Amino acid sequence: MSYNLPDASGHFGPYGGIFVSETLIAALEELKAAYAHACTDPAFQAEFDYELKHYVGRPSPIYHAKRWSELLGGAQIYLKREDLNHTGAHKVNNCIGQALLAKRMGKPRVIAETGAGQHGVATATVAARYGFECVVYMGSEDVKRQAANVYRMKLLGATVVPVESGSKTLKDALNEAMRDWVTNIENTFYIIGTVAGPHPYPMMVRDFQTVIGKEALVQMPEMAGRQPDAVIAAVGGGSNAMGIFHPYIPHESVKLIGVEAAGEGMDTNRHSASLQKGRPGVLHGNRTYLLQDENGQITETHSISAGLDYPGVGPEHAWLKDSGRAEYVGISDSEALQAFHDLCRFEGIIPALESSHALAYAAKLAPSLAKDKILLVNLSGRGDKDMHTVAEKSGIQF
Amino acid sequence: MSRIQQTFDALKAQGKKALIPFITAGDPHPALTVTLLHTLVEAGADVIELGVPFSDPMADGPTIQRASERALAKGVSLRQVLAMVSEFREKDGETPIVLMGYANPIEAMGMEAFVAAAAEAGVDGVLVVDYTPEESAAFCAAMNARDLDTIFLLAPTSTDARINQVGQLARGYVYYVSLKGVTGSGALNFDEVAERIPKIREATGLPVGVGFGIRDAETAKRIAGMADAVVVGSRIIEEMEKYPDDAVARVKGLVADIRRGVDAASK
Repeated sequence: MSYNLPDASGHFGPYGGIFVSETLIAALEELKAAYAHACTDPAFQAEFDYELKHYVGRPSPIYHAKRWSELLGGAQIYLKREDLNHTGAHKVNNCIGQALLAKRMGKPRVIAETGAGQHGVATATVAARYGFECVVYMGSEDVKRQAANVYRMKLLGATVVPVESGSKTLKDALNEAMRDWVTNIENTFYIIGTVAGPHPYPMMVRDFQTVIGKEALVQMPEMAGRQPDAVIAAVGGGSNAMGIFHPYIPHESVKLIGVEAAGEGMDTNRHSASLQKGRPGVLHGNRTYLLQDENGQITETHSISAGLDYPGVGPEHAWLKDSGRAEYVGISDSEALQAFHDLCRFEGIIPALESSHALAYAAKLAPSLAKDKILLVNLSGRGDKDMHTVAEKSGIQF
Repeated sequence: MSRIQQTFDALKAQGKKALIPFITAGDPHPALTVTLLHTLVEAGADVIELGVPFSDPMADGPTIQRASERALAKGVSLRQVLAMVSEFREKDGETPIVLMGYANPIEAMGMEAFVAAAAEAGVDGVLVVDYTPEESAAFCAAMNARDLDTIFLLAPTSTDARINQVGQLARGYVYYVSLKGVTGSGALNFDEVAERIPKIREATGLPVGVGFGIRDAETAKRIAGMADAVVVGSRIIEEMEKYPDDAVARVKGLVADIRRGVDAASK
């Protein structure tokens, strides 16, 4: 399968593109040009690789979860350990890439949106590392729920701005970051945290995250003697999934499975399954599947995992779904929690609740497969940030 | 000839500039919108921009965001906005109405269905903030087929190539965003406006309206001295927020005052 998307105007089939106010066009043109130049400059790639190796700690290992696989009694589960990255998740890969670009473009100030705070922490981290002023927009509801991450960002020197508009969550933080960007175009670089937004963001964020899949392509034959039968990753905006899927797209024998948050159930209104329950529309600069009402207003979403709690999804996932190259499934809050506890108890790894959705689907699938089948799960982040949420669900107060 | 073009031609013949007030449909209350539209006309509006509320108004500042939220809290949909225009048309067949909003409510209704319904309701033009020229070919074709004008934004950061590109598609007038930022923000850069307007007028062959940051008769007068139309939005909504019990009369007074500013420049 030859695959060379997006096209020059940022489209993945009918999805993606540039849907923004004219006031942002010049900034996007500038970014597109700077990124195109960086892509052809070996010095940029060398600096990116150096930072990923020495600052982030890449390559991240692949780990065979033998004991858990044994207990499940079917396919072998391997974990791509993005949780071992500096800052504890895959988010930092992209932040390093965009920070290096901001440095090249001479922008002294970076801004970001964040939901749970992981992308905000990663952005604050790279801003400290490169000496940028940093402002992070975060829904005021999320600020309340994620006090520890708010403090982390402040320790790293960032200003955290609570967003009071709309539903006061991730989507509104993104709106507010866009408003900041349009006002401060000259000196500001907007570090978007996922494979969404106007072109070139979905492509650029994906490119920076493909380091995950490229490493896995090399590591799997070393670890298991061959490529996996399926690659499984959680999908909110979809950056960790795109990062591990993309290098596997031409390997047609490898199934790609994206796991959306089914929240309290796919038949309720309390989920974040944009690809399975949404309709195509336009939000945040691109055309993609959206959770929306019959009048085209964006609806509020739910997931136990704040990182998956988003009403849209990266446009490339929309394309992979329609083309049939990837399959998208749902995992509920309670199924994700079970997988969270199982990985803690059986492998000594505390996974992020986002990643727990991918783990839960692997646990569902594995028993139905022969023991020589291989599932590769992107363990996109560690679960330290989720202690409060999980404890609360178990009725424990700190 | 579209009603918008007729309006601009008539004003030009009289040596006058256009005043284009903006309100959000359904704010402060859906029952008040048609009354407000007539009030705006009485106070001197030549064209009215009627905002279609959206859950994620990315290009709007806090004032218009709040207006959008209030309207959505009352359940105002795009279909209802069109019904408001129909009702306005029962008594006013002259004043052009331009709907201003975001792409998703239109796409949810279906682009063709929306354009047909808008024409039926008596809408004259539509400005979709997040439809760039690159993404608007199908929309513009549908609009042109119904003789509706597609209005586009231009910004201080728009290149000459970009202005020409917009000129290929735009009809009715071009809306020049007078500052970098969202609606209702900061101070105007008059020198920049003075320099850009003639270029845009020449490149597009269309009248140029200026908005974002016009707050009183004085700024309206200065802008009217350079542009073909003055757009005022956030300031009107602020007035209604400040005087909720007297909104209609207050809006009338404010818009009439701005009208005097616009006319002072025209003479």
